[in-house]
Amino acid sequence: MSDTQALKSTALSELHTQLGAKMVPFAGFNMPVLYDNLIQEHLTVRNAMGVFDVSHMGEVWIEGPKAFDLVSWITTNDVASLYDGRVQYSCMPNNNGGIVDDLLVYRFNAEKYLLVINAGNIDKDLHWINEQNRNFGATITNVSDDYSLLAIQGPMAAEALQKLTAVTLADIPYYHFVEGELGGLSIIISNTGYTGAGGFELYVKNNDARQLWDKVFEAGAEFGIKPIGLGARDTLRLEKGFCLYGNDINDETSPIEAGLGWITKFNHDFVNRAHHENIKTNKPTKKLVGFELIDRGIPRQHYPICTADGKVMGEVTSGTQSPSLNKAIGMGYVASEFSAAGSEIYIEIRGKLLKAQVVKIPFL
Amino acid sequence: MNFPDNLKYTKDHEWVLVEGDVATIGVTDFAQHELGDIVFVDISTQGENLNAHAVFGTVEAVKTVSDLYMPVSGEITEVNGDLEGAPESVNSDPYGSGWMVKVKMTNPSEVDGLMSAADYSAMVG
Repeated sequence: MSDTQALKSTALSELHTQLGAKMVPFAGFNMPVLYDNLIQEHLTVRNAMGVFDVSHMGEVWIEGPKAFDLVSWITTNDVASLYDGRVQYSCMPNNNGGIVDDLLVYRFNAEKYLLVINAGNIDKDLHWINEQNRNFGATITNVSDDYSLLAIQGPMAAEALQKLTAVTLADIPYYHFVEGELGGLSIIISNTGYTGAGGFELYVKNNDARQLWDKVFEAGAEFGIKPIGLGARDTLRLEKGFCLYGNDINDETSPIEAGLGWITKFNHDFVNRAHHENIKTNKPTKKLVGFELIDRGIPRQHYPICTADGKVMGEVTSGTQSPSLNKAIGMGYVASEFSAAGSEIYIEIRGKLLKAQVVKIPFL
Repeated sequence: MNFPDNLKYTKDHEWVLVEGDVATIGVTDFAQHELGDIVFVDISTQGENLNAHAVFGTVEAVKTVSDLYMPVSGEITEVNGDLEGAPESVNSDPYGSGWMVKVKMTNPSEVDGLMSAADYSAMVG
């Protein structure tokens, strides 16, 4: 975004500032990156429960008799396998072999879907979806500015939230959702998240966001609930090997190369399908892998990934010191012959080649 | 925030303890706070002669990397080996067990160009 464009706030930005959060511009929004201590925040989510304000995420309704056809055409996963109350991870391919965005697809009914997209891609995605919709004529409504989203994540999240609702949360399986009352408010309760720690994501109208935040913190007090910044969100997702758009996948990467073959189903037609089917058939020449550093160092985005003799074959797309494992971990693209677990690769860090080993993801 | 009066400071947020021609160097309380959880201190310049402002190592937090700059010219005579196993000392005790290197200064008059605690404190506001 340009400097002249004002940063957007979420319904809770002011609250985060009051709570002492370090606020940073992220995808055009003024967001909390850290409240106190990243490692503590990370471990709070892994061991108890924490709350992320991820209201910057975009929400777009696709409705009408052509809704299914449009969603099925623009996404790689099998929309026909969805039923009411089911959520699906998917991606939107572009015409150039890459990915417009990764997203969640919620089926409310056969003619009503909710797409949840990345904040930094909202304008690009809307433009793309509208362009594709010329051949379909579904009704597209961007409600990104109307909804707040709180991610309540961690092993204690369900027990705490259950105190606030008559909906039996244990009856909502992973990647399912219900519309219900929670804390006396009207909420979309979704058993999803970006941490691999368990818990729910709660979609709420902006006007109710603060009330929901307060009720959730009251319910979670006995479990040591804490607000969690985007910094810990990144380390939590990376330990689980979840892709981050703009890092691990982008306008140029194929989902087949990115290890997203499991959400790329060739049983239906979609944008640029032949290209990705061809990569799958002929085997990709590069693949996104997870690795652990054996030599001492920490991999960071854009560091070169090399062979033992220093030949560059790709670059690190995400990297950090894992707070849960206390190891330096990362993801990046390597030549396919180096993609098997156990393969020895080298990361160039400040002019030195440091040894690393390809490992299976998730790391944790 | 704590900036001891007996130390000198740089714009790059290092502190310097001067004892004769030996300078002990670390990063300030402000720097460790800005960096957050420090997980790795990478210094492989022991025995090297470096000029003031040269990079003598890097400090890595979970999310960020930051270079370490020589406040004064000289030879790196000692590196704090304890940081290998306990990099978090830089957060918990930046002026004590979190010290990073000792330098035998080649031009001790460079110390005169460093900031006082009061000046540094004013800078980081």
